[in-house]
Amino acid sequence: MDLKKLKEVPKSYVKEILRSLSKFERLKKIPFFAGIHFKDAEKELDGKIEGYRMIDRQSARVWRIVELSRDGRRPQCLDYVKGIFTDFVELSGDRLAGEDKSVMAGLGKIGGRTVAILGQNKGKDTKERIKYNFGMSVPEGYRKSIRIMDIADRFGFPVVTFVDTPAAYAGMEAEDKGQAGAIATSILKMFEVSVPIIVVLIGEGGSGGALALAVGNEVAMLENSTYSVITPEGCAAILWRDPAGTKLAARALKITSPDLARLKVVDRIIHEPMGGAHNDPRRMVKIVKRYLTDALGRWSKFSGEELKMMRAQRFEKFGFFEETDTF
Amino acid sequence: MEEKIKCRKCGREIEREAFLLNLRVCPYCNDHTILGSMDRILITADEGSFREFSRDMKSVDFLKFFDLKSYKERLMEAKLKTGLNEAIVTGEAKIGGHPVALGVMDFGFMGGSMGSVVGEKIRRLCDFSIKKVVPLIIFASSGGARMQEGIMSLMQMAKTVSAVNRVREKKIPYFCIITYPTSGGVSASFATIADIIISEPGALFCFAGPRVVSQTIKKEIPPDFGLAERNLKNGQVDMIAGRKEIRDTLARLIRLFSS
Repeated sequence: MDLKKLKEVPKSYVKEILRSLSKFERLKKIPFFAGIHFKDAEKELDGKIEGYRMIDRQSARVWRIVELSRDGRRPQCLDYVKGIFTDFVELSGDRLAGEDKSVMAGLGKIGGRTVAILGQNKGKDTKERIKYNFGMSVPEGYRKSIRIMDIADRFGFPVVTFVDTPAAYAGMEAEDKGQAGAIATSILKMFEVSVPIIVVLIGEGGSGGALALAVGNEVAMLENSTYSVITPEGCAAILWRDPAGTKLAARALKITSPDLARLKVVDRIIHEPMGGAHNDPRRMVKIVKRYLTDALGRWSKFSGEELKMMRAQRFEKFGFFEETDTF
Repeated sequence: MEEKIKCRKCGREIEREAFLLNLRVCPYCNDHTILGSMDRILITADEGSFREFSRDMKSVDFLKFFDLKSYKERLMEAKLKTGLNEAIVTGEAKIGGHPVALGVMDFGFMGGSMGSVVGEKIRRLCDFSIKKVVPLIIFASSGGARMQEGIMSLMQMAKTVSAVNRVREKKIPYFCIITYPTSGGVSASFATIADIIISEPGALFCFAGPRVVSQTIKKEIPPDFGLAERNLKNGQVDMIAGRKEIRDTLARLIRLFSS
């Protein structure tokens, strides 16, 4: 009976449990081991297995949401822009180095009010995906956002962002052009502007690339979208060097809307049509439009200084720690 | 203890004492190896001037993060290895007689990863810098965000940028020194929005690391990828300063900004 094996959760624990289980079953069949000696061990093993089974079930549930959030049929930024805003004008370029199509930027009207719109598109077919680089942005994209936020700030347009990106693009050129600095400066810009910022996470909120557009006075999240510091794949690779751990990582990272609402990282969960946003994209767009109209109304009564202060407070309060001494 | 150390870069053997006297820099190839927070403070701050803030602040496993080794265990291991409570040491200090708010990250503590404690310590350091109107100086060294704190570690990026933004608004200078290695969530937040960015020679400073980039583009990447010299050429840092020169460089900058 090798219980030690169970105490240290192995890389792909499920396999390991099953192995232990079969070993245990085999041992029981040996007459010499038959009988009462195994009772405690059996109980412990059962408890562990049940625990892992539960983790496994939860992981599978979380993974379904991850798959939904990445579903190519989901409405994307472009669908929301088309369905929500009137007089939309798309704007291009960072005026420094180039144009990044993965970030969509422009001005449009909602409820008679002009707003600046930023968002990421992933594309729905191969051609589009290549055009949008799968929603993975490069410095030009983040710098374009910064430029548009600057316009919004000077003209008093509220900013609405639609976040949907697996991650910032990890490429040579992107790094040479200062990917890290572009993301940091975009985050900084979102603290500097004196207009309301409303963020809607519509699909995949992938790490720094998502945060670069997600510093809002209010952050809303579609029910089946995700928001994470690292992809489950990346997390599993780093922690366990094992792709089998991907689903476990997805669960461990707490990336679904109820978890994030509990942590107060998102303020609102926007419910999706039955089965997911892709089942009724038009209705989904309408729901988001209603939410945005409402949110923009709520935030329009604050002054620029108040908005900045509230944004700073919203983000500076994040964190859990303990302290015995104070300074 | 072994008398000789082999340089990881040039492979030459260095007398231990010579290596330490040279501040852990290889005397042959000038490789700037990783330096712990306390050593860094010792060689940067005026003697006896450093007073640490929030030394007792500790991380908690609020997500009950599922892992082979619990977050708690990993924290304990890091603590035993480094003698620190977290991946950054912050406090007040003097550099060349000038009072400053000083933060020094420690790569030895869970890869210098940024979680709630690092974020909160930086926020308080910024508050101190504003309250006392003293320059903010941070030595960065980090593999990125702390996965064990999930989304909360991503939020620390926004939190630290917000705190630094308040320092900026008060027109207080902020200098960041990039040391080997600085990447991920730290490079994409407070590190890159400094007024002046100084890099140690050969320091890796990037968002995505060389391995990730090479996997993504499915190509070999040049050996100088993300290194200080390439970053200087690309306009990503203001200057490269050797470990021995950093203290004087900082003192000079403080004088320039305080007139």
